[in-house]
Amino acid sequence: MISSNERQIASEPSTNAVAHRASRLAYEIESIRFRYHAGWSAGVDWILDDVGFQIKAGDVLGIVGPNGSGKTSLLKILANVLSPQQGMVRLFGDDLAVLTPQDMARLIAYVPQDTHQSFPFTVAETVVMGRFAQRRHTLWSGGFGWEDEADIAVAAQAMATVDIAHLAQRLMPDLSGGERQRTVIARALAQSPMVLLLDEPTAFLDLQHQIDICRVIRQLKEERGLTIVVVSHDLNLVSQYCDQILLLDRGRVIRLGPPDEVIEPGTLEAVYRCRVLVDRHPGTGLPRVTLPGRSLSGRT
Amino acid sequence: MATPTSQLAPVDSSPIVSPPLTEVGAEQLRQWKSSGAILTFQRWVTIIGSLVVASLALCVLCLQFGATKLDMGTVLSALRGWLGVGTPDTAGTDTSAVIMLHIRLPRVLTGFLVGSSLAVVGAALQALLRNPLADPYVLGVSSGAALGVSLAMLFGIGTTVAFLPGLPLFGFVGGLLSLGAMYRLARSRGRLPIQSMLLAGVILNAMLTALIMFITSIMDPNRSAGLVAWLMGSLTLSNYGILSMFALYVVGGAALLLQKAQIMNILTFGEETARSLGVETERVKKQLFLLAALLTGAVVSVSGMIGFVGMIVPHAVRMLVGSDHRVLLPASMLAGGMFLVAGDTVARTILAPSEIPVGIVTALTGGPMFLYLLLWRKDQLV
Repeated sequence: MISSNERQIASEPSTNAVAHRASRLAYEIESIRFRYHAGWSAGVDWILDDVGFQIKAGDVLGIVGPNGSGKTSLLKILANVLSPQQGMVRLFGDDLAVLTPQDMARLIAYVPQDTHQSFPFTVAETVVMGRFAQRRHTLWSGGFGWEDEADIAVAAQAMATVDIAHLAQRLMPDLSGGERQRTVIARALAQSPMVLLLDEPTAFLDLQHQIDICRVIRQLKEERGLTIVVVSHDLNLVSQYCDQILLLDRGRVIRLGPPDEVIEPGTLEAVYRCRVLVDRHPGTGLPRVTLPGRSLSGRT
Repeated sequence: MATPTSQLAPVDSSPIVSPPLTEVGAEQLRQWKSSGAILTFQRWVTIIGSLVVASLALCVLCLQFGATKLDMGTVLSALRGWLGVGTPDTAGTDTSAVIMLHIRLPRVLTGFLVGSSLAVVGAALQALLRNPLADPYVLGVSSGAALGVSLAMLFGIGTTVAFLPGLPLFGFVGGLLSLGAMYRLARSRGRLPIQSMLLAGVILNAMLTALIMFITSIMDPNRSAGLVAWLMGSLTLSNYGILSMFALYVVGGAALLLQKAQIMNILTFGEETARSLGVETERVKKQLFLLAALLTGAVVSVSGMIGFVGMIVPHAVRMLVGSDHRVLLPASMLAGGMFLVAGDTVARTILAPSEIPVGIVTALTGGPMFLYLLLWRKDQLV
């Protein structure tokens, strides 16, 4: 068993993260191409076609684009749950393809879109599973490694962060979609990662919890120097909370830059093939997207 | 703890991780322990300990019943003799003790191990396939194993009576092939929808059963009668030779499965999530497939096709002790053992002095429960 002091250090990556933060690149994506069923369907279109970009350590990147533009596939490639057929992804200088799953889970936490669970695990049990990769791996750690107090504390704090502490003994299948989503985000936080990848993290959340998650994202960036990538359909949330935005369309990068450069009517109308209004958020001055109202759409 | 209106602390006031972690954790652990939010070692010991005691008590109790009913005193003194703690001269001399030690005890022990293996294989398949309805019998794994064993018997490798250590391996190959076929048939776009899984199982079962029937029809009638009786699922062939061989398979296979309990917890969230949490999914999946087929092969070669134990036992245990496989797997083994020992006791007493295959008893208890789950708990299964 690892001592609790050692554990505390192991579970606290912020010092490393802050060191990386100054100038290092978190991700270097070098012209990747990806498609499903690579083996037998040579004629199938690439889901991602020659995608290359970089993510600075400590940045919050939003990935946006129409349905089927390859957002989720790109995020899964960053999480290394999918591998591109061509090109390379580096994380902090290392080729993702050579990292072991355990090393990966200590660096990257991935929150999938689908959080369905038909087995009645409690919320606390689910969140504590995030500690799996941080535990020292021995013959029995995959079977009967028991969590120690430090694991429990990290899990409890992750739960408090996304406001699910009161759900600890509730069962996963009984939760609402939003509660389950926050549970899975807490499990990701319990991994004490340096990179957090979120697929539609606000999709099932009410307004209060949408804002909570966005605040948590900023807080993780500011305090722990986490690099965060968010896939979202919500252009406004992305515009308000991300440092950089990557706009994808049909598997290609259309634009990458700060909200001001990406969230502008010409670009959006070309990609989404509909009219949008872009003005400024009265509080932050960042771009704000509005769909055309009745009269505008009537005119087109 | 949290009020209904609980809000996140303001961004600047609370660091996300504040030391000392161990004190916070110890306090949280106490709270979660009392509310049952998490499995603790103490709870594990309580659950497994009481199931061990219950299993021992049930086995001793069931030793009394059979074609001739023995009284408890005979059972206990024979057991004491067998264990070498009592007066050894009673064992082996008196007829009741002979029945007890040479017929009933190996049968009860074999039954216990059969039930344990079926339950633990069921629980493992359920985690692997992310589906609480998975069962080696329903999914056609048992039929595949039975076909393997039948083929071996057809070519004279082992007979219905003599047990060869190789026989489970034929079951293993057959079970593995049908499990692989079911997986390939049911899987679409990285998912395993329950409907396709059950459908694939039904079709595989039908085809494999037809092949087994074909084998029985071309066999020497004297031997095919034995094969048919074995196929229906029965423990009549138990003896110490079979038992010791079988125990090796079960103990080895179950130990390797238990060694993956925590990984199975994570696998229930799906392969992508498991991978992102640090599990080498491809390797673990293969290992679990192999272990499930190996245990099924061993069980089928000993006791034929006994259905539904692998589905209802883990399901019931999950409702009682929770989903954590660290307790679910061993508790299912003990409960599955008890279920089959009790079922076999019914099978050999209900029409005494003749007996019915225990497979009939488990199918008649497990089948309705399966239907109940399918009809009224659909929402939890998809």
